[in-house]
Amino acid sequence: MFENLTEKLDSVFKKLKGKGTLDEESVREALKDIRMALLEADVNFKITKSFIEDVRERAVGREVLESITPGQQVVKIVHDRLIELMGGDSSHLRLANRFPAPIMLVGLQGCGKTTSAVKIARHLMNQKRSVSLVSADVYRPAAIEQLKILGETIGAGFFDSTMINDPVRICVDALSDAKERGYDTLIIDTAGRLHIDTELMNELKKIKDIINPAEILFVADAMTGQDAVSTAETFNDLLDIDGVMLTKMDGDARGGAALSIKAVTGKPIKFVGIGEKIDAFEIFHPDRMASRILGHGDVLTLVEKAQMAFDEKAARELEKKIRKDSFTLEDFRTQLLQIRKMGSLEDLMGMIPGMGKIKAMKNVTPDEKEFVKIIAIIDSMTKKERINYRIINGQRRKRIARGSGTTVQDVNRLLKNYIEMRKMMKKLTRGGAKYLKRSNFPFK
Amino acid sequence: MGNNNNNTEGFFSRLKQGLSKTRKGFVKNVDEMIFGEKVVSRNLFEDLEEVLIMADLGPAFTYDLIEEMKYRAKRKELESPEALKQILKEYIITILEKSEQPLEIPRDGIFTIMVLGVNGTGKTTTIGKMAHQYIRNGIPTMLVAADTFRAAAIEQLEIWSKRVNAPLIKQKMGADPSAVVFDALHAATSRKSNAMIIDTAGRLHTKVNLMEELKKIKRIMGRELEGAPHETLLVVDATTGQNALSQAKMFHEEIGITGLVLTKLDGTAKGGIVIRIAKEMNIPIRYIGIGEGLDDLRVFKSEDYVNALFD
Ligand SMILES: Nc1nc2c(ncn2[C@@H]2O[C@H](COP(=O)(O)OP(=O)(O)OP(=O)(O)O)[C@@H](O)[C@H]2O)c(=O)[nH]1
Ligand SMILES: [Mg+2]
Repeated sequence: MFENLTEKLDSVFKKLKGKGTLDEESVREALKDIRMALLEADVNFKITKSFIEDVRERAVGREVLESITPGQQVVKIVHDRLIELMGGDSSHLRLANRFPAPIMLVGLQGCGKTTSAVKIARHLMNQKRSVSLVSADVYRPAAIEQLKILGETIGAGFFDSTMINDPVRICVDALSDAKERGYDTLIIDTAGRLHIDTELMNELKKIKDIINPAEILFVADAMTGQDAVSTAETFNDLLDIDGVMLTKMDGDARGGAALSIKAVTGKPIKFVGIGEKIDAFEIFHPDRMASRILGHGDVLTLVEKAQMAFDEKAARELEKKIRKDSFTLEDFRTQLLQIRKMGSLEDLMGMIPGMGKIKAMKNVTPDEKEFVKIIAIIDSMTKKERINYRIINGQRRKRIARGSGTTVQDVNRLLKNYIEMRKMMKKLTRGGAKYLKRSNFPFK
Repeated sequence: MGNNNNNTEGFFSRLKQGLSKTRKGFVKNVDEMIFGEKVVSRNLFEDLEEVLIMADLGPAFTYDLIEEMKYRAKRKELESPEALKQILKEYIITILEKSEQPLEIPRDGIFTIMVLGVNGTGKTTTIGKMAHQYIRNGIPTMLVAADTFRAAAIEQLEIWSKRVNAPLIKQKMGADPSAVVFDALHAATSRKSNAMIIDTAGRLHTKVNLMEELKKIKRIMGRELEGAPHETLLVVDATTGQNALSQAKMFHEEIGITGLVLTKLDGTAKGGIVIRIAKEMNIPIRYIGIGEGLDDLRVFKSEDYVNALFD
C-alpha cells in the first residue's frame, strides 16, 4: 500500500521536476490518494476532510527537498502531521495523590475492557504499585468471574462483587475495601454499553461522581469504523475521560479510529493492547500509528524491536559458529533470550502486512512456560557442560534437574532438542543467520 | 439487561420505525438535496459519498457506487435527486437480496452450527439468542462450549444455556476444543438434539495457529458426522470498519463461511461493510443482533436494512 502510494505520488510529481516547490494543483492530485488511504483505514470522513485541508495548506509552496522525491515529501508531511495530531500529552497515568487511586475503564460492549483492566494492573504492578480489581459489570453473564480468573493469574487483589446488584455500590464498597487492605490502586472494570443507552450512561456518571476516579480510560477497539467519533464524543462529553486504550492492535486493522478518537476528544491515547495475553501491552507510539494508518504496516516497530533484540554482529558470529559446528548450549541460551526479548515470533510477523498469513510461520512460537524451563535448565549447568554437551552424563543430568527444579526427563528433552537443532542448523548453514532470525523451535 | 430500551437514536429503531425522530445521515442529506436543488449536481454526489462512507461502506466501494450512479445519470435515467435515491436504494437491495437466505434447520437429523469470529463480536450472546429462538420453535437445541480458552467463557455460555433451557456440553477450561466437540457429537444422538450450536473462542483472523485450531474442530466434526458442520457462521460486529472485509475473507479462505451474523445494530453504527462483503463474497446474512436480550435477534431482510440506511 505504502509503496503504491509513493509510486503514484511520484508519478504525479514527475511533471513537477525542476519547479522546486510544490504547487497547488499537484498537491491536490497527490492528496486524493492519501485521502483514500485514510478513509480505507477508517479515519472518520469529516476528520479526513479537515486533515487533508490542513495538509494542503502546509504543503503548498514548500520547497522540495533535494534528498527526497516530491511524492515522499508529501507523505512525510502527512506522516509528521499525523504524529503531531495523535501525540501530545504522554501516556502517564496520574495517580499520584490518591490512596487508593481509582482507575475506571469504560467503553462499548466487546471492546476489551476486562482484558485491558488486567493488563493495566500488571503494568502498574511492574512499577511496584499494589493493585486491586473490581468488576461493576452486573449485566453480562460471567463477567465478574472472568475478571476474577484473570486477576488471579497476575496475583492482583480482587473485590468480589458477585453478591451486590448495584454497580455504584460495588464501586463504593470496593474502594473502601481496597483502602482497608492497603492497595494503592483500584481498577474498576465496568459493563460494556452503548453510548446512546441513557440509563446505563447515567450509571457511569453516578459512579464517576461518587468515586471521583483518578483516571477514566475509554477503551476502544482498533477495528472500529466511522462510528468511533460519535461513540468517543458521547463518552467524553459525559465523563470527561482522561485517556484512551486502543485494543486488538495485533490484527491487521489499520486503526484509523485512533486518529478520529484523538481528534474529537482531544484526549491522549495512552496504551495499546496487542494480544490476548496479559503482557501483550504497550505504551502508545504516535509515530508507529501514523505509519500504520498510512499503510506501511508497523514496520517501524518491527525494525526497532528486531534491532533491540538482534544484534547484527552477534548474528554473524553465530553463523560462523554453526558453520564450524561449535554452537554450544551457551549460544543456544543467548539465542533463546534474544528471541524472547523480541516478543513472540508470531506477533512480530503479524506486524508485517500479509506475513501473518504465511503458513510456514505456524507453530513457531515457543511456549512461555517452556522458555522459562529451558533457561533454568541451562543456568544450572556448569560452564564446561554448556560448552561441551557430550560430557553431560546421567549423574550430571540428575544434578541439573535438581538445580533447575525440573525433572531428568526435561533435561533429556532439552538436550535431545538441542542436538536436533544443531543438526538442523548445520544442514541450513546456507541460510545462516537469516534462518536463525526465524528460527524454528523444535519444542512443543 | 436494561440496554437499548426506549432509545430512538439507534440504527435498529430506524430499522423498526422506518422514520424516526432523529433523522440523521442520509435522510438529512438526501432530503436537503431534494428540496434544495433541482438537478443532480456534483454537490449531490459529494453528499452521497459522505453518507455512504459514514455508513462504513468504505471509500473504494463508495466510489464504485457513485460512478455507477453517475453513469446512470448520464443516461438520463436520473432526472431528479429523488430518482437517484430510489435507484441507489434498489441497486443496493439487488446486491443484498442474494444474501437474504434465512437459516433453515431441517427437522430430522442433527444440524450442527459452528460459530466463529474475532474477539468480542457477540458470538456467545448470539448463540444464546439463536438457541432461544430454536427451542421456542420446537427444535431441541444443544450448546457446546468449545471456547475453552477465554477466562469464564464456559460459565458465560452455561448461564445462557440455563436461561434458554438448552443442554450444554462442556469440559474444563484449557481442554482441547476438538475434544469437547467430539463429546458433543456423541452426546447429541443420545439426547435427541436437533440443532447443535458450537461456541468457539474469539480470535483474530490473522493468527495462523488459532485458525489451525478451528480447522481441526471442523475436520473432527466432518469425520464424526456426515456433512458437519452444516453451517459455519461468522459473527461480525456492526461497529467494525473496513477490517470486517479482511475478517470475512480470511475466515472464509481458511475455514469456509456459510453465513454471517451482523451484531450490535442497536447502536448507531450501520455496518455498511456487509454490503461490500455480500457483493464480493456472496455469503448469506442469516441474522442481525439488535441488543443483549434473549429476543434481540432478527432474520436479515435486505429491504428493511436498506430502508433504514436511507429513509
Ligand atoms: N448492544 C449489543 N450488544 C451485544 C450484541 N450482541 C452481543 N453484545 C454484547 O457484546 C459483548 C460481547 O459479547 P459476547 O457474546 O461475549 O462476544 P463473544 O464474541 O462471544 O466474545 P469472546 O468470546 O470474548 O470473543 C457482551 O457485552 C454482549 O452483551 C448486540 O446485538 N447488541
Ligand atoms: Mg464468547
